[in-house]
Amino acid sequence: MSFFKTITAKPWERKGIIGGLRPEGTFDATPERVALIVFLAVATIVFSLFSVSYRIRMELPDWTPLAEPTLLWFNTGLLILSSVLFQWARNISKSESLKNIKTAFIGGGVLALLFIAGQMITWSGLQASGFYVASNPANSFFYLMTGLHAVHLLGGLWVWSKSSIRLLSGGKIEDVRQSIELCTLYWHFLLIVWLVVFAILSNT
Amino acid sequence: MAYVPLADQDKEMEFHHPHSWVTKYVWSQDHKVIAIQYGGTAIAVGLVALVLSMLMRMQLGFPGSFDLIDPAAYYQAVTMHGMIMVVYLLTALFLGGFGNYLIPLMCGARDMVFPFLNMLSFWVYLLSVLILMASFFVGGGPTGAGWTLYPPQTSMAGTPGHDMGIVLMLLSLVAFVVAFTMGGLNYVTTVLQYRCRGLTMMRLPLTVWGIFVATVVGLFAFPALLVAGIMMTFDTLLGTSFFMPAVIEAGTPLDYDGGSPLLFQHLFWFFGHPEVYIVALPAFGLVSDVLSTHARKNIFGYRMMVWAIIAIGGLSFIVWAHHMFVSGMNPYFGFFFATTTLIIAVPTALKVYNWVLTLWEGDIRMNAPMYFAIGFIFTFIHGGLTGLFLGNVVIDMPLSDTYFVVAHFHMVMGVSPVLVLFAAIYHWYPLITGRMFHEGLAKAHFWFTFLGAYLVFLPMHYLGFLGVPRRYYALGTTDFIPASAQDLNQSITLAAIIVGASQILFFINIFWSLRNGKKADSNPWGSASLEWQTPDRPPVHGNWGDELPTVYRWAYDYSVPGAHQDFIPMNTPESEEPTAGEDHFDPDSDTSKADL
Repeated sequence: MSFFKTITAKPWERKGIIGGLRPEGTFDATPERVALIVFLAVATIVFSLFSVSYRIRMELPDWTPLAEPTLLWFNTGLLILSSVLFQWARNISKSESLKNIKTAFIGGGVLALLFIAGQMITWSGLQASGFYVASNPANSFFYLMTGLHAVHLLGGLWVWSKSSIRLLSGGKIEDVRQSIELCTLYWHFLLIVWLVVFAILSNT
Repeated sequence: MAYVPLADQDKEMEFHHPHSWVTKYVWSQDHKVIAIQYGGTAIAVGLVALVLSMLMRMQLGFPGSFDLIDPAAYYQAVTMHGMIMVVYLLTALFLGGFGNYLIPLMCGARDMVFPFLNMLSFWVYLLSVLILMASFFVGGGPTGAGWTLYPPQTSMAGTPGHDMGIVLMLLSLVAFVVAFTMGGLNYVTTVLQYRCRGLTMMRLPLTVWGIFVATVVGLFAFPALLVAGIMMTFDTLLGTSFFMPAVIEAGTPLDYDGGSPLLFQHLFWFFGHPEVYIVALPAFGLVSDVLSTHARKNIFGYRMMVWAIIAIGGLSFIVWAHHMFVSGMNPYFGFFFATTTLIIAVPTALKVYNWVLTLWEGDIRMNAPMYFAIGFIFTFIHGGLTGLFLGNVVIDMPLSDTYFVVAHFHMVMGVSPVLVLFAAIYHWYPLITGRMFHEGLAKAHFWFTFLGAYLVFLPMHYLGFLGVPRRYYALGTTDFIPASAQDLNQSITLAAIIVGASQILFFINIFWSLRNGKKADSNPWGSASLEWQTPDRPPVHGNWGDELPTVYRWAYDYSVPGAHQDFIPMNTPESEEPTAGEDHFDPDSDTSKADL
């Protein structure tokens, strides 16, 4: 719908039914998809505000840069692969033959789980080297932002696990198609968030 | 995916159809029950805040007379009063209460898009309220840091509740943001996707527009509170230094280093200012509908009203630093934020003119909701004009820490939305309960509240000009404050106690009328909008019986020339328009009086 066209309509002039079954101005998408996109906007704002806070806090004199563990590059690779598998699952779910759909969809989630495991290893490694959450503001932000990203991923994995169970127990593709589609969108979003967060955290 | 009309989605409705008392009234997924749960909780916690304000006023009016109120208790009362009123009462009641009740009905939907999420939203909100109330019972009591929770003093030993109180406050706020986000996603998606056939966005009543834009503003503003809350929780519990600077407490340096208290202020007000409009925009919407219905006229300048709501929502994100003029900032920033602040006056004034012009030559029915709605126009103009004073940096500087600010925001953000709430509760009471309230009692309630609010807050402007500082536990003796200021404080306290006590009229009326009120007609105010066209009164689960409504016109067809009735419901087709000569109106009902 065109926003400008919508808000310049003169509702007192036109009587009668406008539009078909679906009223003018609704999006051609399921409510779940609309809600997810709104949620992505909200999550974007959360991460943006953390990034802005990071920038501002960085300027202050007590800042000591944190050397990012190299394991993070490996984790990044896992998350990219995870996203690729989700995209693959989505493409299969739209096609005629459903070959490999379980491999793709469940594999994508497992890779995301591995990513989280990798993040946890990173955190404990940092702890072992004496970089605690309160040691330095750079550390604090590192734990906070990577942790928040992981929490978002866990939220996605909850939906993923429900659909996986349905898929494995022989559920129909119609029941999980939307879930696969939305998971894919969410995974791509979290991948972009991760890349941005990683770039910001590395840039000290 | 092919569009399935809601009426045909039986399976989904069956899914959450209540089967027992518990699923019907406790774990309910019906938007109307959730709305009442939200509203009841908000009003209950609001009463706590009201009692706290009475404690504050007793101390200010008669300093030292009450042993119960020591400085710590006073600051705790100030803090909790502010936070509860702004977040847990007003936000929850407008969006969780009225948003939940009215959005599906006004959109012609059977329920919210995600009923389960909606239920979850209420229970998390209740959890946040319980966490907040728990802080009254922990060691050290609730936080007394002021509702803005500015660090570093929130976590310093001198502040009451600096240990557990502040932690519970922050956890409660985080829970509230989660609850709001769940509710907000529902409201936005329902308005966008679940409108019934023929209901374009520009046919929606302004109530829905106000709640819709306020929800969008809330979804984008509450993250700032979440971020600030999480970071401050880290500072308090884990010893990080996001906000906490190097600071010495009672001679001992604390473990903090280099944090930025100013950063917290920016984050807080990036939420805090839009919050004003999260409360104000639904109020603007609700009051527009009440005014239009009881004036028997279409709302003046509907499109401009919508544009103004959108403009105010957008502008609300670029004015936040006007709360920080005294925190110190680059003068060019001050200039920028002063300018944007004053620009907001344009769409806001436009709305006020349109409300007044809606009344102009209307066939005004002076019902109780109308009293409150017109009262709102007074208090809102009043509070809005003092906002123009404070929006200017040079005037704000001397006034910022005085009672002038207290007077300003209580007029514009306290009294005004509360008057709208009362207008709305009385206006929709017959819909929600199926009974009429007692008109005389409601009008008495109005006069006590309206005149009383002026007796409380008008003198505060004067105290502010005198230089009486806000936030102080007791004034003591100074050279510049005359003794008469204390007399004024006493009279304010007396007025405040009377206003507070007179709210009992409201509760008596609401509860008494539940059983004893006259049975309401199905459309007692003769309203054209969709929520009054439901087959049952009050609407039952599913709202619309077998078939969803179809909308043929906008929500404001009042006193249409040539029509026999002075309103045409939104779901009346053109062919069935009641025209003069056709005699199908009820002559006994005074609301269908046909003057045209």
